[in-house]
Amino acid sequence: MTRTRFQQEMEELREKLLRMGGLAELAVDRACQAYSDRDLARCQAVLENESLINAAEREIDELAFDILATQQPAAVDLRFILAVTKINSDLERVGDQAVNIAERVMDLIELPAADLPVDIPRMAAAVGTMVRRALESFVEGKAELAQAVLEMDHVVDRMRDEAFIMLVRKMNEQPEVTQQALDALLVARNLERVADHATNIAEDVIFWVLGADVRHHAQTIAAAANQTDQPGSQNQ
Amino acid sequence: MGVGITVEHVNAFYGKNQALFDINLVVQANHATALIGPSGCGKSTFIRCLNRMHETIPDARVEGTVRIGDLSVYNGTSATQLRRRVGMVFQKPNPFPTMSIYDNVASGLKLNGFRDRKKLDEVVERSLNGAALWAEVKDSLHKKSGASLSGGQQQRLCIARALAVQPEVLLMDEPCSALDPISTGKIEELIFQLKEQYTIVIVTHNMQQAARVAEFTGFFLLGKLIEFDKTEKIFTTPSDKRTEDYVTGRFG
Repeated sequence: MTRTRFQQEMEELREKLLRMGGLAELAVDRACQAYSDRDLARCQAVLENESLINAAEREIDELAFDILATQQPAAVDLRFILAVTKINSDLERVGDQAVNIAERVMDLIELPAADLPVDIPRMAAAVGTMVRRALESFVEGKAELAQAVLEMDHVVDRMRDEAFIMLVRKMNEQPEVTQQALDALLVARNLERVADHATNIAEDVIFWVLGADVRHHAQTIAAAANQTDQPGSQNQ
Repeated sequence: MGVGITVEHVNAFYGKNQALFDINLVVQANHATALIGPSGCGKSTFIRCLNRMHETIPDARVEGTVRIGDLSVYNGTSATQLRRRVGMVFQKPNPFPTMSIYDNVASGLKLNGFRDRKKLDEVVERSLNGAALWAEVKDSLHKKSGASLSGGQQQRLCIARALAVQPEVLLMDEPCSALDPISTGKIEELIFQLKEQYTIVIVTHNMQQAARVAEFTGFFLLGKLIEFDKTEKIFTTPSDKRTEDYVTGRFG
């Protein structure tokens, strides 16, 4: 009993999620590039891209729902589908955050350029790495890759905190750039939220691969790895 | 009330062929325990070792220790003595075809010399109630034969017949495999209720059924008990790769 049709549907689900991951990653990259280059065309591309992400979210949910209803998956397959539906939702939110960033950039383009004490490209690079690695951990079915993403989250949190302190100070010192500083602060907050979604994705990959719930430090990955062999590669 | 079952180093043979290898297992009292595995894995052989049915096959034998409550199954206990405490329900409903519904249920007690009509009436009603069949047959207890009932009703009649002798353990060997989904649902609902009073061991090919009715599940493969754990663990995060391959349908 090899359940060929089931395996095909699982593969299709995986491919759809990867395509969606690509779209969400591209949206964040474009929005951040638009910030650096004050590029209106890229902002518009992000806004147009959003409908593709939303459509992909619905397609993935529909397929996952069908598989659950018709195939009664168990064990690693059940964990995989639950993880996919949650990652799907996180990726859609990543797309929303990219749109928020693009809207802030469109606002900034309308305003005079200001020298702001915040390194958004550096933060964007760190967040981009987290999203990419979270998706890689899903592609490879490797919990250790996902664990590396979890460890990066506090770095981005610190960047957001620093940006907040520096930008508030700038607003006090130069009230004429308050609007620009506020936009940059919101961009930093949106990027930090993208990092949170990457963290969620990594946690879902760990759940799929090891069956461990590491959210809110409920279980450590080391303890989970001791209990279970990593079976995730079966869905490759 | 149900009693626990302790199985230690059980090996079972059909002539020279060994069918079970060193099975060790503790079945909790008043819980349902499911045994799953591909055809020929030994799960039915195992359940038949619990009530000494295995040895009814020529050349078949069992080694090891089985204790049902305080009863040592392979050490001085007669099969009759044992089967008063361990009821069994089979894959295909097997009511006595010429007996009425009433006589089917009362047969175990009558065979043991029980003749008090009033008491028999009570036992029949209680057993049919216990098997969730009373309401459907109470007006035709003496008029209808066991064989005239539907498949699902016949299976519940067999459960009532097993309950009538007030066993402590109920063994079920694929009790729903010949039944439609509605009858299957009724039997599963019944298993859920029965485990308050009995210890249930069920062999099933239907993994969703095991997941639905049992608190504990054992996975057998090639005569060995590969994994035994809480049911939710077996179906969400099994420890053994072979269990995972089986419950996800990668083989079997």
